[in-house]
Amino acid sequence: MTSADPIAGTAKPQSKVDRRDFIRLCTMALAAVGMPYATAAKVANALAAKKLKPSVIWLHFQECTGCTESLLRTSHPAISELILDLVSLDYCETLFAAAGHQAEDALKKAMRENAGKYILVIEGAIPTKDNGIYCKIGGRTALEIVHDVADKAGAIVAIGSCASWGGIPSADPNQTGATGAPMVLKGKTVVTIPGCPANPYNFLGTVLQFATFGTLPELDEKNRPKFAYGSTIHEQCPRRPHFDAGRFAQKFGDEGHRLGYCLYKIGCKGPATHANCALKHFGEVDDAWPIGIGHPCFGCTEQKLAFRVPLHTTIDIERPMPPDTYPPIHAKQGHVSPVATGVAGVIGGALLGAGYMASRKLGEKPPSEENGPRKEA
Amino acid sequence: MSVDRRFLIKSFVAAGAAAVAGEATSEARVRAPLPADALGLLYDTTRCIGCKTCVVACREANGTKPDTSNSPGGIWDTPMDLNGQTKTVIKLYKSADGYERSFFKAQCMHCVDPACTNACMLGALKKREHGIVSYNPNLCIGCRYCQMACPFNVPKFEWGKTFPKIVKCELCRHRAAGASLSTIGGFSRYPKGHGPACAEVCPRDAVIYGTRQELLAEARRRLAANPDRYVPKIYGETDGGGTQCLYLSHVPFEKLGLPKLTDQPVPEVQQAIQHGIYQGFVAPVVLYGLLGAVMFRNRKKAASEETSAEKGGEL
Repeated sequence: MTSADPIAGTAKPQSKVDRRDFIRLCTMALAAVGMPYATAAKVANALAAKKLKPSVIWLHFQECTGCTESLLRTSHPAISELILDLVSLDYCETLFAAAGHQAEDALKKAMRENAGKYILVIEGAIPTKDNGIYCKIGGRTALEIVHDVADKAGAIVAIGSCASWGGIPSADPNQTGATGAPMVLKGKTVVTIPGCPANPYNFLGTVLQFATFGTLPELDEKNRPKFAYGSTIHEQCPRRPHFDAGRFAQKFGDEGHRLGYCLYKIGCKGPATHANCALKHFGEVDDAWPIGIGHPCFGCTEQKLAFRVPLHTTIDIERPMPPDTYPPIHAKQGHVSPVATGVAGVIGGALLGAGYMASRKLGEKPPSEENGPRKEA
Repeated sequence: MSVDRRFLIKSFVAAGAAAVAGEATSEARVRAPLPADALGLLYDTTRCIGCKTCVVACREANGTKPDTSNSPGGIWDTPMDLNGQTKTVIKLYKSADGYERSFFKAQCMHCVDPACTNACMLGALKKREHGIVSYNPNLCIGCRYCQMACPFNVPKFEWGKTFPKIVKCELCRHRAAGASLSTIGGFSRYPKGHGPACAEVCPRDAVIYGTRQELLAEARRRLAANPDRYVPKIYGETDGGGTQCLYLSHVPFEKLGLPKLTDQPVPEVQQAIQHGIYQGFVAPVVLYGLLGAVMFRNRKKAASEETSAEKGGEL
């Protein structure tokens, strides 16, 4: 980090990180993305070489800063280690010591010095209605800023549901025309890390992979990293055995709810929500995620669910699996009772008779009334 | 082989011409020899834990949709039996007292001499490579004779579709395209991902695949090694003329829903009846002659009524 760096000038780390700690940090961060242990040294070496320390520009738009707050609570690496040792955070309104023109200068400088290499992180939705006047920073609209900064970015990461597809600001009636970064930056690869908040480790893993290898993790059709969004909550849920066995909490506070039964019937969106919350909990606390504390999944990563489908409405299972039961050897076949056959025969016969009589009438004389033929037909 | 509409119509015309021109030929039925590389499954009830991984893998491999019709709210995949969207299913046998239990995996048995292919009039169902009873939807007219013929109640019809097909296990032959068999651990196997999906994913090797000879040898080995564990019989070795899918069980096979069949191939019996009815083409000629006579009579009657009406000058 250069001394001209605004962050380096204002906040020096208290603890000195030696090489051993540093490799340990990298190992933990990489474990989050499922990278092999051996790559940790590579990451450490790459990051230690000063020039490779990636410049990060973090833009805040329409949001609650919850994703940053979530990131602040990581321990491996901790945010201080992240922004002081692993990356060079050159612009971030939340963590900046600088303000006003000084801050804007830092943005321009970072963009100039690292053009084509820096990582742009977008947090928050972007209002598009009325030329985007509903969110302005330094006299420029969010639309202008995001286009300007994204133009020279090496990689673009949208953190949180707001930046990924619109999030809360885009919920009905969406008076500011809020939308996500991929919708604004059409034609550019915007890695999305949806979540409300996004899991910080999914973000760290993605950013550190880009910083080290210059590559992005494998992405799905919505540009979400597959390592985190490849399966649904339901597929990894610790309460899944209850679902398969048909043990459901029927309402909040009932016996089943207290016994930790499946929350599907009180509105869990897990079966249609792609995220790894069940495996990576939040805030460094075991079971700190909605289902872990007994609340149905809200579907916060999914555009079709969060802030659109009511909280306690049940949803369709995306890919139903067999339950804990079996069909018997002689499965009951549907059969027709003799009485039903008789009734059907009588009805069929009556219809045939009626048809015959009608056709005879048709042949006898032309209909006198206007609606005659229709009646007979 | 792909058959287009033109070919099908041509075949119809040719068949019609042959039926008019030629006389009915009936000859003694020749049992086709089973190819040496005939593939099959061996299912062992004593190994199955009922995890249904095979059912899920089958759906993935064949692209069949989960059947949620039997679960309240449609949240589980609960086929009660093989059906138009289920090619394999795990069922449970429980004795009246509940102590004797066994799982059972149902799928096509791939008979050595199948009744369905014999009943199929255009050859939509046919034994093809590796003796797999394969289905060609382009040749299927939807008569469902195969359903009637099968002693194991396997072929299923897509009743809910506008253009329905017959649905049955084809031993994942679409996955094997382009792959070749090699001997691995005494069994003929495809590279992973190309063999029958159910056998590939089974965590207990309760269902395995290989050539029929290999599976028979393995079944005999298991019977010899643990005679107390099994009913002393390999179902499918000779039953109904033999099947390529074999079963070992610790409960009597009838309780698993496998029918008691003689060693005579099922279609031989069927063919005897069918060919008896059509012997010398007498029955059809009599039937159509009778119908023709009735029509002729009615026509004559109508003609005479018409002439009398004209005479009356009503019209």
